[in-house]
Amino acid sequence: MSDEQHEPRAPLPVATLDDPQLQFSAKHPRRIENLISLSFLLGMICMGGFGAAFWQNWKPWTLGATLGAGMLFLGFGVISWGKYLMPQGPFVEERHVLASTEAERDAMAGAIVERGTVVVRSRRMMLGLLGGALGVFSIVAIIPLRALGNLPKTTLTKTNWRRGSLVVDSNGRPVHRDDLQPGGLLTVFPAGYETNEQTQAVDQTVLIRPQSDNLVTEPGRDTWAPDGYVAYSKVCTHLGCPVGLYEEELKILVCPCHQSIFNVLDGAVPKFGPAPRPLPQLPLYFDGSGYLRAQDGYDQPIGPGYWERS
Amino acid sequence: MPLAIGKPRTKREAKAAQGPYGRLGSVIGELDDRLGIAKGGRTFLDKIFPDHWSFMLGEIALYSFVILMVTGVYLTLYYVPSTAEVIYHGVYAPLRGTRVTEAYASTVNLSFAVRAGLLMRQMHHWAADVFLGSIVIHMARIFFTGAFRKPRELNWTIGMTLMLLSLANGFIGYSLPDDLISGTGIRILYSIVLSIPLVGSYLAFFIFGGSYPGNEIIPRLFIIHVLVLPVILAALIGAHLFLLVRQKHTQFPGKGKTEHNVVGSPMFPTFIAKTTGFFFMVTAVLALLGGLAQINPIWQFGQYRPDKISYAVQPDWYMGWLDGVLRIMPSWEFTGFGHTIPFEVFLPAVVFPGIIFTLCFGWPAIERIFTKDTAIHHLLDRPRDRPKRTAAGAAVIALLFTCFGASATDVLANFFNVSLNVVLWTFRVLVFVVPILAGFITWKICLELQHGGTGLGQRKRAMVVSRTAAGEYVAVPADVRPGDERHEIDAVPVPTHIDLDDGSVEVGAGNTRPDADGVRRVIR
Repeated sequence: MSDEQHEPRAPLPVATLDDPQLQFSAKHPRRIENLISLSFLLGMICMGGFGAAFWQNWKPWTLGATLGAGMLFLGFGVISWGKYLMPQGPFVEERHVLASTEAERDAMAGAIVERGTVVVRSRRMMLGLLGGALGVFSIVAIIPLRALGNLPKTTLTKTNWRRGSLVVDSNGRPVHRDDLQPGGLLTVFPAGYETNEQTQAVDQTVLIRPQSDNLVTEPGRDTWAPDGYVAYSKVCTHLGCPVGLYEEELKILVCPCHQSIFNVLDGAVPKFGPAPRPLPQLPLYFDGSGYLRAQDGYDQPIGPGYWERS
Repeated sequence: MPLAIGKPRTKREAKAAQGPYGRLGSVIGELDDRLGIAKGGRTFLDKIFPDHWSFMLGEIALYSFVILMVTGVYLTLYYVPSTAEVIYHGVYAPLRGTRVTEAYASTVNLSFAVRAGLLMRQMHHWAADVFLGSIVIHMARIFFTGAFRKPRELNWTIGMTLMLLSLANGFIGYSLPDDLISGTGIRILYSIVLSIPLVGSYLAFFIFGGSYPGNEIIPRLFIIHVLVLPVILAALIGAHLFLLVRQKHTQFPGKGKTEHNVVGSPMFPTFIAKTTGFFFMVTAVLALLGGLAQINPIWQFGQYRPDKISYAVQPDWYMGWLDGVLRIMPSWEFTGFGHTIPFEVFLPAVVFPGIIFTLCFGWPAIERIFTKDTAIHHLLDRPRDRPKRTAAGAAVIALLFTCFGASATDVLANFFNVSLNVVLWTFRVLVFVVPILAGFITWKICLELQHGGTGLGQRKRAMVVSRTAAGEYVAVPADVRPGDERHEIDAVPVPTHIDLDDGSVEVGAGNTRPDADGVRRVIR
């Protein structure tokens, strides 16, 4: 690069067969070109095959295989062309220094500072007011976000289980005293709320009959599990997954998401894993016709913890 | 005047078409008249790309993104973002007559009844996994070679933002089919948002449009997935590449490579050919994966129901570290003063990734605190020459992959037939031990490698040990084997400046002059 050079700068050298990286094509004239041509031809055939598979609606794997093989051949051909028949250099290019001169930097800063202050006296105050107005706007602009959803209020603390709620399965069938054999398990809901996804999410309760006589899981819960029918909220207290695995032999409920383990006989106290609290227990009783009902709703919010939960 | 692509109609056109480069020359002439492309375009065609293989990792990400866009558009033609319930009447017999949402039904439908639908959906899913994978490996290359140093801190930040948004969009994407596994993921997301102190329940309700699950979340996630995040991603990718061209590539040290040049092959035709071929290759791999390797068979998982769950629930690989750390966290819920802070969720799912991402985003600044290095760097470090940085990176990667392993506690317990308890406690220990060990071993290896340094890119000569008649052992260098004499080729200079009469320079930033070594420097 000479200093006398003015108009268009010199072209990049064209690849010659003397270049070390082109030795292969120099030694085997046309071999590379034939290989690349063959690759493109095979690519073309595969692409045709892809078209045929698409047109005929063949099985998905034929689509993937033809498209993939076609692209593979095209890629192989184009890369070989670039690698064996094009100038590799190495060429060296100078970097420009990105930084400008001090004078240019000062000129830019000066342009920003000075141009705006020619005849203005109270620029600071006006800018302050403009900033304030934009600040108020940005706060006000948050208000529409309020429409994104309801406020939580007490939603998180409530389920649809009430005093006397009839216990039904997902098909709305009430659960009779004789329905579950010892060892049996059923997911239940309060009658009237069993088909709605929204209520299922909070009301889902796992009904287990680990034994056939009354079960006292905790002191003070003497009547909660008549004939061994015990019911716990199915919403894991860790992250809200349904606690869906019941291990009959060990009488434990396992959450498949993060492996929290709850002891069914012992008030569903977590024995293992990240769950912080027992699954709330639903107190049950049999009505006059022998159907299961809730003595009351849950005595605490179900599911994972949150700030407002006391 | 119309572009002279057709038959020449005027004398001028005819003359132009007869120039040394014929019609192409005249097209360039007409474009140059209007847009002034010749000079800059030529500079662009001459742009030099370093030849090192590790520079193509980012290309994998770029091309996966292209495939994501193409296959994604195909999917939007058939996917219905709605949780309205319908009775399934499609071609997949086992589901017929069941109550499903439109989102789920349309996803099953586009998999089975739409031509190439399954291929497109599986390519899309694989491309997302490959996209995130290549981003992470690309980022590791940038990190370990110090390519993030001045002047490239901004591009590191853009890259990190790209990774974070891609992570989010990947999670959102696999949540859209509303199948049993993805629905469980959304449920977990809801609980994680809920765990944030003070504002958690409000945030959760605003995101989900009320209490869980609501009917809003799928349409909301859809518009974020197909419009908001892709537009931001595309814009940031544009900025990422613009900065790359503006600042030019970094390069590994080697013969003829300095802080003031770039050595490699030119944009046209060599790099264009190689990278186009590479695009075909990436597409090929994704097409083969999409056609031959099943991924996310949602028809087997079934429709999401809030009270249903399947065994071995795991997210896509790039969310695995978060799931793992949620599993091994002890149950430290705080209750008091009338409030609950679920630390067993908030720490692993919000604070932990917050720390990891802050570390990653801030690394250029953090490193500068220790090195006090404010110089501009275009030559890359060898990882061994920066043992502390390399060790720190290895430790963080080891930590994240240990967490990733912990997301399979149940599968591992089953597979090795050991108790879940043992696996869990093993990971609780490993998550502290492995990063420390990995960091220490990496540091030691770096120091060892520094001592064994021969010339870069050269193979060590073999030594032949033989015993003399006197019983003495001597080591003699073996004959040169093929490959030993590997030499690096002298680079051919590309002229980059048009010098004016007074020796100053017209193009480039500011006024530069060659110094005594022939290196151009800004005139101060």
